[in-house]
Amino acid sequence: MTSWLMALMAFAVFFLGYRYYSRFLAERLFQLSPDYRTPARRYEDSVDFVPTNKFILWGHHFTSVAGAAPIIGPAIAMIWGWGPALAWVLIGTVFMAGIHDFGTLWASVRNRGQSVGVIARNVISPRALMLFLLIIFFLLLMVNAVFAVAIGTLFSTFPESVLPYWLQIPIAITIGVLVYRHNWHILLPSLAGLILLLFLVYAGTLAPLGLPEQMGGYSSTAWWVLIMLGYGAIASRLPVWLLLQPRDFINSHLLFICLALVYLGVFIGQPEIVAPMYNTAVPDDAPPLLPLLFVTIACGAISGFHGLVSSGTSSKQLAHETDARFVGYLGSTGEGLLAVAAILATAAGFATVGDWNEHYGSWAEASSQGIAAFVEGAGNHVNQLGIPVEVATTFMSMMVVAFAATTLDTSMRLQRFILGEIGRQYRMPALGNINFATVLVFLSCAALAFFADPSNPGAGGMVLWPLFGTTNQLTAGLSLLVLTLILWHLKRPIIYSLVPFLFVGVMTIWSMIINIGTYLREGNMLLVVIGGLIFVLNIWLILEGINAVRQKRDPSELLDTDND
Amino acid sequence: MIREGLRRLFAFYDEMYQAPYRRIERRAQRRRDDLFRLMVLSESLGVPNPAAFYTLELVPFMLEDFHEWHQRMGMEHSPLEGFRCC
Repeated sequence: MTSWLMALMAFAVFFLGYRYYSRFLAERLFQLSPDYRTPARRYEDSVDFVPTNKFILWGHHFTSVAGAAPIIGPAIAMIWGWGPALAWVLIGTVFMAGIHDFGTLWASVRNRGQSVGVIARNVISPRALMLFLLIIFFLLLMVNAVFAVAIGTLFSTFPESVLPYWLQIPIAITIGVLVYRHNWHILLPSLAGLILLLFLVYAGTLAPLGLPEQMGGYSSTAWWVLIMLGYGAIASRLPVWLLLQPRDFINSHLLFICLALVYLGVFIGQPEIVAPMYNTAVPDDAPPLLPLLFVTIACGAISGFHGLVSSGTSSKQLAHETDARFVGYLGSTGEGLLAVAAILATAAGFATVGDWNEHYGSWAEASSQGIAAFVEGAGNHVNQLGIPVEVATTFMSMMVVAFAATTLDTSMRLQRFILGEIGRQYRMPALGNINFATVLVFLSCAALAFFADPSNPGAGGMVLWPLFGTTNQLTAGLSLLVLTLILWHLKRPIIYSLVPFLFVGVMTIWSMIINIGTYLREGNMLLVVIGGLIFVLNIWLILEGINAVRQKRDPSELLDTDND
Repeated sequence: MIREGLRRLFAFYDEMYQAPYRRIERRAQRRRDDLFRLMVLSESLGVPNPAAFYTLELVPFMLEDFHEWHQRMGMEHSPLEGFRCC
């Protein structure tokens, strides 16, 4: 198969999914009503509840859910061949992520804009909320460690991206100050910032800034991990308007430019796919495709994090209930397109199978170098448009680093809030101290990044990726369970959410058994403990669900059943 | 027509920029306002305030949002003797 045909097929599948399946879900399952007064209209307060244009809300929703994860996952999963990865992304996006993102948005809209965790407390049991908070805590811990390692790897492999990445920070701060302090419109500063950044990408290729390969017994990647976690801790202490908001806005432009360049490169250059469709020579250290594929690619196929965005912010801004289909379903489709772009880059971005094998010679290599394979492959696609390959790879590397760093900033803030919440609950006021909590978050993330793989301290944190994927899927499982129970009590068809729930549930349990076995054999007790805790949460979740099915509930207790 | 198009483009971009973080910014603003309100009304709420003589003249400006504030704080009716907003 040629790459352009793969891209075309993905577009067609996503289009059909949106056109027909999402309409079926909207009409038959969720029975969206144009007359329903959404929380944004009912409780409009200009703070939490603000009716928003559906195109703006989609843009916000899509850029919130899309980041580095839908690129890293497929890039690693390419070790099994492009066929399984593509099939999982297409089927997962259309039949699982679609109903998950759309459904959580709908359920939240019908529950006064409450988050899926609070809805779980109501639908399943009060323990479900606690379960949810624990899962989120683990998810954030791993996000920080894994993304810091991914950034470290990229900085070590592509030192050209160091200059544009760090100079993006003063550009973003300038934009933030102009908009917030001087009331400028955002259009001109953001366009000027974007042009300046693209110039810096070119400048970066002329002035690569790398660290020495070894310093104080640690690799350059390990030092970058420490620097990035330190940066994340400082950035998370700054006001949102100063750095996070303007940089996030620039990143959203980079995301659309990346998608456009990769797909244009594929259609114009029409590169051949060199990666095997199904890799029959999988390295010995690689885990089995079944079930690990389904947790290696979480974001890009189905991701629990989307449910947090759907029910956390998007549901409070939805102007009409009927917009939920456009925002929720199409948001997941957008992320699917990013995952397909990652598959295209890693499957067709190399000249020969030998070049491809350099990145996928072992599981450890695929985990640590998968992201570099994406950058190299995507750079080669963009090169088909006449852009020098060094500039293209620097742009791609800088973009992935910027995504990951923004996530780092956001999740460190969230972890601090959760610690504050725990401190209030259990009367530990020190946890509420912003500086103490920030140091604690930094130390816990650094410890995880350095001790996850004792054989490669600092740089070996990518061994956490399957655990991160499992935890992410577990969150999705919880949301799908809530959705299934609501539909069950409403006496509507449940098969469309039950099958994804069972699939995700079985795959996460199976993966976790395999992972824990591997960690035990390797004597990695830290990961045995973390994996064991997540495993217990998984079983607990299923038992809670079974218990909730047996209870008779009036549908009006679970959500607003009126249509006005 | 060009001017209208530009105006709409500026507005669209501004909304794209503000929408994701509006909630955080407005909440932070509300916290600052609440603190300020507490300082101005502290004497009326029974908290001694050495600057009460100076903040007194700001009280009329607090009236407009006072009703929304005490309801948000879980008090159905005004907690202050002199403030009869509802």
